Amino acid sequence: MIFSRFAALAASLALGTVLLGSCDKKEDPAAEPQKSVFSVELENTVGNRSLHLDTDTYTTAAGDQFTISTFKYYLSNLELLKADGSATVLPDTYFLVDQAKKESQQLQLTDVPTGDYTALRFVVGVDSARTKAGNLQGVLGDDNGMWWAWSKEFINVKLEGTSPQSPKGGLVFHIAGFKGANGANNTIRTVTLPFPGGSKLLVRTDHTPEIHLQVDALKMFSGPTTIRFATVNNSMGGPASVQIADNIAAGMFSVEHLHAN
Amino acid sequence: MKTAFTNFATGLNLLVLLSLLLTTACGTGGKTNDPGPEPFGAPTPYVLQVPPLFPKPLPQPADNPLTVEGIALGRHLFYEKALSMDNSKSCGSCHQQSKAFTDGLAQAEGVGGTQHPRSAMALQNLLWEPRLTWDGAHTSLEQQARVPIENPLELHQPLAAGITRLQALAKYPELFGKAFGTSAVAEERVLKALAQFQRTLVSGNSRFDRYNRGDQDILTPDEVRGMELFSIHPNGRIRGGNCSDCHGGPLQTDRNFRNNGLSSSFGADRGLGGLTGRPTDNGKFRVPSLRNIALTAPYMHDGRLATLEDVLDHYNEHVQFSSPTLDPLMRNTTNDPLQLSPHLELTAQEKRQIVAFLKTLTDEDFVKDPRFAEPQ
Repeated sequence: MIFSRFAALAASLALGTVLLGSCDKKEDPAAEPQKSVFSVELENTVGNRSLHLDTDTYTTAAGDQFTISTFKYYLSNLELLKADGSATVLPDTYFLVDQAKKESQQLQLTDVPTGDYTALRFVVGVDSARTKAGNLQGVLGDDNGMWWAWSKEFINVKLEGTSPQSPKGGLVFHIAGFKGANGANNTIRTVTLPFPGGSKLLVRTDHTPEIHLQVDALKMFSGPTTIRFATVNNSMGGPASVQIADNIAAGMFSVEHLHAN
Repeated sequence: MKTAFTNFATGLNLLVLLSLLLTTACGTGGKTNDPGPEPFGAPTPYVLQVPPLFPKPLPQPADNPLTVEGIALGRHLFYEKALSMDNSKSCGSCHQQSKAFTDGLAQAEGVGGTQHPRSAMALQNLLWEPRLTWDGAHTSLEQQARVPIENPLELHQPLAAGITRLQALAKYPELFGKAFGTSAVAEERVLKALAQFQRTLVSGNSRFDRYNRGDQDILTPDEVRGMELFSIHPNGRIRGGNCSDCHGGPLQTDRNFRNNGLSSSFGADRGLGGLTGRPTDNGKFRVPSLRNIALTAPYMHDGRLATLEDVLDHYNEHVQFSSPTLDPLMRNTTNDPLQLSPHLELTAQEKRQIVAFLKTLTDEDFVKDPRFAEPQ
């Protein structure tokens, strides 16, 4: 049995070699668009300070002090845009970024058509279509602390911490859900980030460029709506979460720079 | 989920296959000083059944693939009292199958009746736990297995001494030979076999699981209501017990470390803080899975709460808000419509319903599975 399995393994290896070999020989870029990879590095900050869970105290634009014990968010449905406005969808891209897990802050995108791209677009959260489709596994699994079992909705962005301005001392922001009449409680947002100074992301077979994003948690609490912890400190979906989602869309993400690599 | 599991199993198979090939290759390399051929074939790869709806298990050590014979050896060793100083206790003394591999004591008892500062943890679904024991001090079962064997408060015997004792027991040369190819009794092999056995302790067939797999009639209305309350974080408009922020999903744990407000100050046992040295980690302990929770009383890292009702009372009425590293989820959670009360404010009926739900997490198959019992 062992030998038959080994034979199968050897055969598949040989096949792989043959296939690779054949690819090398006939290059016809017109027939098959060339694919490469790029990565997105996320640097979570609070204002211009590094985000340190638990230990560091930060101040909002409105003057409230706070610490952060948990900071997690979904990024999904990544697209690269070109100068002509066309969008290249990167299919099945779902990432859960967790401040407590360094490896989650580096997103690897593969099978990306080569080209000159001028902007990145993504969904902050998990789109409702994917949510409703079910079969949720991996980063979308219900063991990541980002799933509302009773309403079958995702927590799109989660920030927990403490604040002396909060009457009971805690901060719990679960920016979650997409339901409500006419989507009134929808907290899923799409963000488009043009690359700064007209720079382009050059995806080439011999280049693996990197987009460096700054993700400023402080921006959850300022922007279209100023959030004061004395009154808003425990938001589990609903109107305040919608306001915070709008703040997130307005300013939490920015492109710091590109690496051509 | 099936695909994920198949991938995992296939990967495992390949590893086994590869290691067999390598072993064979080395064997034919021409070592001439072997004492003689040992009559042991290669161990049989063991394919672990992952319950439906479970996430993919964490990657496991490539140098210790599960085999039928390795698991069998591990099971013998798990119940082997020769691994304790006075031949009085085994792993199975504090980790009893009938109690989901706990001991019913507030604090575990080592040889000679010594008291451990902590409660014996349930052993289940360890394939999904990135960090083991109450403070997460260990990240692999192979590494962890040595600790209770040698700890003066537990089995209190250097593993090297245990090896000498095992060598004197008739059954072991053959068990080791079948598991590892040669009959040598060695420390690394003991740890590997114990880890293999523990990886097979998978609990995923409680009434809760069967409900989630579609048997909607298996829970009573009270249990279903308890499950809803369990999973909801209250906000004044919707009532909930706020349990599943930490104990959610099929594993019933977020595999995190948190301070749940048992004390306003910390004694000698600072939990995660004792390990990391960070004051902000003081009082944080591993969030245990609630699977089989009705079988694992008493509760908390030091067993201070005797019953599930006591646990509900703690979360509802006795959380110590002055505890310096108290989790934010403990602070901002109340059913008070005005959101002013510091307490959870569940009613007596709601607490009863949550306890009813917790009892649906008991997996009778798991605690009666003959594969996990002491070998006769």
